[in-house]
Amino acid sequence: MTSPEQIKEWIEAGLAGSTASVSGDGRHFDAVIICPAFAGCNTLKRHRMVYAALGTKMQAEIHALSMQTFTPDERKS
Amino acid sequence: MNINEKIQKQLDASPVVLYMKGTRDFPQCGFSNRVVQILDEVGAVYTDINILEDAELRQGLKDFSNWPTFPQLYIKGELIGGCDIVTELYENGELEALLAE
Repeated sequence: MTSPEQIKEWIEAGLAGSTASVSGDGRHFDAVIICPAFAGCNTLKRHRMVYAALGTKMQAEIHALSMQTFTPDERKS
Repeated sequence: MNINEKIQKQLDASPVVLYMKGTRDFPQCGFSNRVVQILDEVGAVYTDINILEDAELRQGLKDFSNWPTFPQLYIKGELIGGCDIVTELYENGELEALLAE
């Protein structure tokens, strides 16, 4: 079973400059992801970037992932 | 007709299409249920398609949209997103604006 820590590692490894906080029960996960590269991207694009970082793991390991995405500036406000 | 053509046909047939788990009357997943609730709340006219009943469609959509999960909401043939995004757009009023276009 996948752990939240593992998902955090995968996101941070696959999405340069990102910090992720992940919680979950092994099937459904919630993630808050902060990354400067999100600047200028709408929510759909940001979610696609996170999915791209996770790659095939989304198919195999992760049943559901709820995401909140922010740039460092957005998170501060 | 290959699966991409089938999907394109479904998207062409209706301005708002929700690919979901279960049906709008009997959703089978909390996220799909949430999107149905939101769409009903804003009075959207939409076609619901149950991907649990069609394994080829289920996989085909993931490739078509390059999006790994369901539900998937399309407006005018374009992927809007899943539950998180639809919820966000609903809360900031953008969803109704998109539907009104």
